Amino acid sequence: MLQNFCNWLSNTPVSLKIQTVLWIIPAVQTIHILCISIVISTMAMLDLRLLGLTGRTQPISRAVGRWVPWVFWTLPIMLLTGIVLIIGEPTRELMNPYFRAKMVMVLVVFLITLLVYMRNKDAAYWDKRAIAAKFAGLVSLLLWVGIITAGRWIAYY
Amino acid sequence: MAAAIRTSTWLFPTIETVHVLAITMVVGTVAMFDLRLLGLASRDRSITEMHREILPWTWASFACAVVAGFLMFSSDATKYYEDIPFRLKMLTLLLVGINTAIFEFGAFRGVARWDREKNTPLAAKLAGGISLALWILVVGFGRWIGFTKQ
Repeated sequence: MLQNFCNWLSNTPVSLKIQTVLWIIPAVQTIHILCISIVISTMAMLDLRLLGLTGRTQPISRAVGRWVPWVFWTLPIMLLTGIVLIIGEPTRELMNPYFRAKMVMVLVVFLITLLVYMRNKDAAYWDKRAIAAKFAGLVSLLLWVGIITAGRWIAYY
Repeated sequence: MAAAIRTSTWLFPTIETVHVLAITMVVGTVAMFDLRLLGLASRDRSITEMHREILPWTWASFACAVVAGFLMFSSDATKYYEDIPFRLKMLTLLLVGINTAIFEFGAFRGVARWDREKNTPLAAKLAGGISLALWILVVGFGRWIGFTKQ
């Protein structure tokens, strides 16, 4: 059923345009990669603080407040570029197990990040829960590495 | 070794994944610092504080990217050398190095005077802006290699 949708989508005028104008996909992929650079470096900074490996002179709440907004600003651009890539090559993405794994990981890491951010309304929350903070930081870091890895491996399926 | 990387189904993708992860860390951390130089982000942090805390990560990631990149290059050197986007990427990296050196040995020497300024000197803004533009080109050329390399 999904394959039928992919076939239909790949024959729409928008998709055909994206497929045939040579520079669109590379350019959109480049923007997507630049965005993930912002996301992973800011999230790495946050996760390293949650893990207690860096910046311990400042409370965790400061790191959360400083780094998470970057993700919220960049996420719309990533979604937009991602959607363009899906419209341009529906089967390559939607029928690909690496792509699907990537989307699951994106959803999970987004929920974790949201949780960290929401609980941070109470500025002392995460400093009082070192183990939970470390767990969140570790899982988040592993997910981001997994997301980028899965993203690259889409091409190799 | 080159043949091993070239013929294996998983070795090249794995090395390439390390390369991509390393580059995202390089570009992301450099962007943080460049945006500060441009006065566009993290204006409440001092330049030297960011230089001290962020750039070591940039250098470490860059080293990983270079090692992984060299391994990929060596797996099919002639073909990479013949690829125009690859050459453009290497040239752009050279320009990045020059821009970095000019900043580190030039404007950055006098950083104490404007360390906490939201509005940094023109030389600092130029260094940051040029750096950002060059790194965007590096990523673009790098992605382009994937579409043109034989």
